[in-house]
Amino acid sequence: MLLTVHDLAVARGGVPVLEGVSFALGPGEALILRGPNGSGKTTLLRTVAGLQPPLAGRIEAAPDAIAYAAHADGLKATLTVAENLTFWARIFGTGDIAPALAAFDLEDLADRPAGALSAGQKRRLGLARLLVTGRPVWALDEPTVSLDVASVGLFAEAVRRHLGQGGAALIATHIDLGLEARVFDVTHLKARPRASAEDEAFL
Amino acid sequence: MIALLSRDLALAVRAGGGFGLGLAFFLIVTVLVPFGVGPDTELLSRIAPGILWVGALLACLLSLDRIFALDWEDGSLDLLATAPLPLEALVSLKALAHWITTGLPLVLAAPVLGVLMSLPPEGYLWIVASLAVGTPALSVIGTFGAALTVGIKRGGLLLSLLVLPLYVPTLIFGAEVARRGAEGLATATPLALLGGVTCGTIALLPFASAAVLRINLR
Amino acid sequence: MEQRASASLWEWANPVKFLRLTEWLLPWVSWGAAICLAVGLVWGFFFTPDDFRQGSTVKIIYLHVPAALMAINIWIMMLAASLVWVIRRHHVSALAAKAAAPVGVVMTLIALVTGALWGQPMWGTWWAWDPRLTSFLILFLFYLGYVALWEAIENPDTAADLTAVLCLVGSVFALLSRYAVLFWNQGLHQGASLSLDAEENVHDVFYLPLLVCIAGFVLLFVALLLLRTRTEIRARRIKALMARERMG
Repeated sequence: MLLTVHDLAVARGGVPVLEGVSFALGPGEALILRGPNGSGKTTLLRTVAGLQPPLAGRIEAAPDAIAYAAHADGLKATLTVAENLTFWARIFGTGDIAPALAAFDLEDLADRPAGALSAGQKRRLGLARLLVTGRPVWALDEPTVSLDVASVGLFAEAVRRHLGQGGAALIATHIDLGLEARVFDVTHLKARPRASAEDEAFL
Repeated sequence: MIALLSRDLALAVRAGGGFGLGLAFFLIVTVLVPFGVGPDTELLSRIAPGILWVGALLACLLSLDRIFALDWEDGSLDLLATAPLPLEALVSLKALAHWITTGLPLVLAAPVLGVLMSLPPEGYLWIVASLAVGTPALSVIGTFGAALTVGIKRGGLLLSLLVLPLYVPTLIFGAEVARRGAEGLATATPLALLGGVTCGTIALLPFASAAVLRINLR
Repeated sequence: MEQRASASLWEWANPVKFLRLTEWLLPWVSWGAAICLAVGLVWGFFFTPDDFRQGSTVKIIYLHVPAALMAINIWIMMLAASLVWVIRRHHVSALAAKAAAPVGVVMTLIALVTGALWGQPMWGTWWAWDPRLTSFLILFLFYLGYVALWEAIENPDTAADLTAVLCLVGSVFALLSRYAVLFWNQGLHQGASLSLDAEENVHDVFYLPLLVCIAGFVLLFVALLLLRTRTEIRARRIKALMARERMG
């Protein structure tokens, strides 16, 4: 298993949003997170990515196994597409950015400053970053926002190739990517109404 | 590691990066002082070391909120926090980048501005030496302040309020080195103390900065 | 037995138990403070002789010295409370640090203002960059930053964490500033000619009422601290209840 989550409870701003979350991801597997807005998908992904501590439960994954991508792409407007990508490649200690550029059809834009890209192009660049992280588990938060149909195809293809190479993906999305993937609906895991962890002491 | 440093330096020198703003601010402060206190050369030469130090400190303060705010806004900080780079290294590199883009130019510009302030000839070496030893501490302390206020909207003023008291020891020792140097007195003691403050902050403060950054990212 | 005693001490870190204990404690402390202050100040102001050198101006020590003592000790108490919060995560501790800070601001301000009032007739100036005065001014700035940081952050636990780190780092720098200021002033004046050292001025006649005043200030601080911590706890409780209501 690349990623195993046991009975996880997560909180947003101190208020528990999900509890009893359990799933496992093996090589070549993808899991689609579903649930209405505000149901806690983003919080779950941030917790799995290690950006915030879980309220309860365990997350088992190899150290530095998870690559996280969210709404904000972390692009620098004054750096070119290639420079942005090279930066992340060097931070993650991987070398070549050419395959990532090719996978998201960014080769022609390589020398353009990221600030001059359209919203969809920026998103593609943000997703291309995943390829240069070289990490096996992708935790993606609404990756297809502002992508057109062709780009969604590119993205689905990139995920498929990643899974084919023994990777895994955890994706929060509302659209059908055409992937062979299990769907994990978080709606019924909504934490039962209770005070936030910090406030409990005061009741 | 080098990648982060070179990216920050590249960002600083590109359009809108703010490189040189601190330097220009330093120049303006130094030019304004004689307008305020009068053109008396003797008076200016006496207060020159202190004015240059206060000017450098304020110029340093000016660019602190950029250290983390931009990376916070565009999501880079989240992504960097999930990267294989420890946050302690991240904050140290950010402080180093800030020093190279802000502190170092101030060190180099100080002798030129010393001319405007009629700094005594003996003072040039010591103003450069004291700023070279002291400005890294300003950057490291400032990075702590920036990490503390990163999640706060319009936190710039709060950042100044938090950082200025922390700057007091550095300013006192630094300006003392420059003043004693300009008066031809022995500078070894304050210089050693200034170096001690700088080494101590560089060694310890990144841990506090990383801790508050972790709290703010939560 | 020892084990038991220490375990019961931490029990009072529970907000509800703290409220119950302090409800009983608060009137005693408040009356104690009022009596000590009334006795100490009246005794000090009206029933002590004028100093042969300083005249009646010396009597300002009954405000100045206790306030200055408290200004430093409140910061130390905040440091201790911050450490307890960081290590044991007791909410009452963090809220007590928050509640103490504004009291510390006022104490520092009293020390500075009475110092200036005393300095005017004694040194012929409202303000001198004496190492002690300067240190208190810097302490005042630290207090302001600490209070401002609490005010700026919405999430109470994030605020508690960040202010605790600021308090720890600030304490180190405050201490460093104190020594830096001593160094700096000697550098300027070649041997300080002005001394604010209270012990030098105090004779036995002045000493006893001063002790009573100090006790009064300590009790006053404890009373204000308990009162303000209770308010903070209640504010958090209201928030928690409202949150529960919403989630209903």
